[in-house]
Amino acid sequence: MINDVIGWLTDPANRDEILQRLLEHLQYVVLATLAAAVVAIPAGLWVGHTGRGKFAVVNLSGFARAIPTLGLLFFIVLWLGPSLTGDLAFLLPSLVVLVVLAIPPILAGTYAGIDEVDHAARDAARGMGMRGWEVLFKVEVPCALPLIFSGVRSALLQVVATATIAATVGLGGLGRFLIDGLAVRDYPQMASGAVLVAALALLIDLVVAVVQRLTVSRGVTGRFRTRPGRAAAGGTDETPPTRSTTSTSTTTTVGTSS
Amino acid sequence: MDWFTSHLDDVWRLFVIHAYLAGLPLVLGLLVALPLGWLARRFSWAYPPLIIGTGLLYTLPSLAVFILLPGILHTRILDPVNVLVAMTVYTVALLVRTVADGLGAIPEDVRLAANAMGYRPVRRLLGVELPLAVPVISAGLRVAAVSNVSIVSVAAIIGVEQLGSLFTDGFNRAFFAPIVTGILACGVLSLLFDVIIVVVTRLLTPWTRARAAS
Repeated sequence: MINDVIGWLTDPANRDEILQRLLEHLQYVVLATLAAAVVAIPAGLWVGHTGRGKFAVVNLSGFARAIPTLGLLFFIVLWLGPSLTGDLAFLLPSLVVLVVLAIPPILAGTYAGIDEVDHAARDAARGMGMRGWEVLFKVEVPCALPLIFSGVRSALLQVVATATIAATVGLGGLGRFLIDGLAVRDYPQMASGAVLVAALALLIDLVVAVVQRLTVSRGVTGRFRTRPGRAAAGGTDETPPTRSTTSTSTTTTVGTSS
Repeated sequence: MDWFTSHLDDVWRLFVIHAYLAGLPLVLGLLVALPLGWLARRFSWAYPPLIIGTGLLYTLPSLAVFILLPGILHTRILDPVNVLVAMTVYTVALLVRTVADGLGAIPEDVRLAANAMGYRPVRRLLGVELPLAVPVISAGLRVAAVSNVSIVSVAAIIGVEQLGSLFTDGFNRAFFAPIVTGILACGVLSLLFDVIIVVVTRLLTPWTRARAAS
């Protein structure tokens, strides 16, 4: 199987299509996640800062997770598809689904990040004479960044996976290899597509992890504390739990427990 | 509604298969995640590789995993075992971190008190630390349960029968009834898992109720 996959991936006849599908996939993912972030981050900041609508956000994210993505995809495509024409009939409903799926994790992560900011830090900022928006952007957002990133990362993973599935309803991207390969029982093509999708997911997560590492203040992650005497760790206070590496669990657990 | 009543048997059959494909991996995944989570907490050098490693597993898109597993396990592509293995992997990926964090959140004085009472490490783990970590682990398990129910339905694309088959069936015939039925049935199943986990957690943590009552 491994040889089949390597053979297929390195076959010059497939090179152009691989590149094209990869770029398509990336384009859908970036577009959908950006659109979701534009809606979800301001909304999450507002809810976290003012404390209004907490209940709705927590329940929305829990509820959204329970909707099977495949069912939602087919439902929206059947519903919106007939009223659109041409390529748009395939593209737009799928993109709508991707955006809809990316909103809850980003919203929940942003809200939870702001909500969990230490009250003392917030009060100190007020005491220093900061206005509401200064408190938000100079104190709350920097402190909330780890959880915001964690929400964005789980949204990205969700979108990469769902964009693959959306090939069943005619969307381009790497999912085409999986679905077209399935249709003609071409296992090497399917497996190669699967490898490419998995690699893309890992790569995207890695890139965002690097961005996260560069943008989140070390004062928030407590990273500088871990250098001397790591051996003493294993206790309760080595690093704050928000120093999340690759995982959705931070946001998701926060979403249910609060 | 007519469609639902006339296909009740079918829906029920798919519901049971779906419950099996999503539920059994929860149990298996928990059994694998407990020792791994303990390992990550017990030895600090094991924490980063285990947490990052399982985190990476979770990033793999489900359809890709469903397609790759037959090649790795040498099973047929329609074999439900592929789905069981994939879901177990996802469950482990979510739970290792939860178990490690749950065990890590136990106050040091509790540990010391257990030592002073003569608990040996193994009995302390099973009798004191694990029970105290139950609420955290159960929160993680609830997340895993809901996400398993959703991910299993994706396997309908490659032809493994379960509630997701209602989606593909409905889509192929441009017919909303099976799709809506499938979404609702998945919701009911998620809710059922959630209730079971909450009830078991309550039974395992009688002290939380004692505290609330006093």
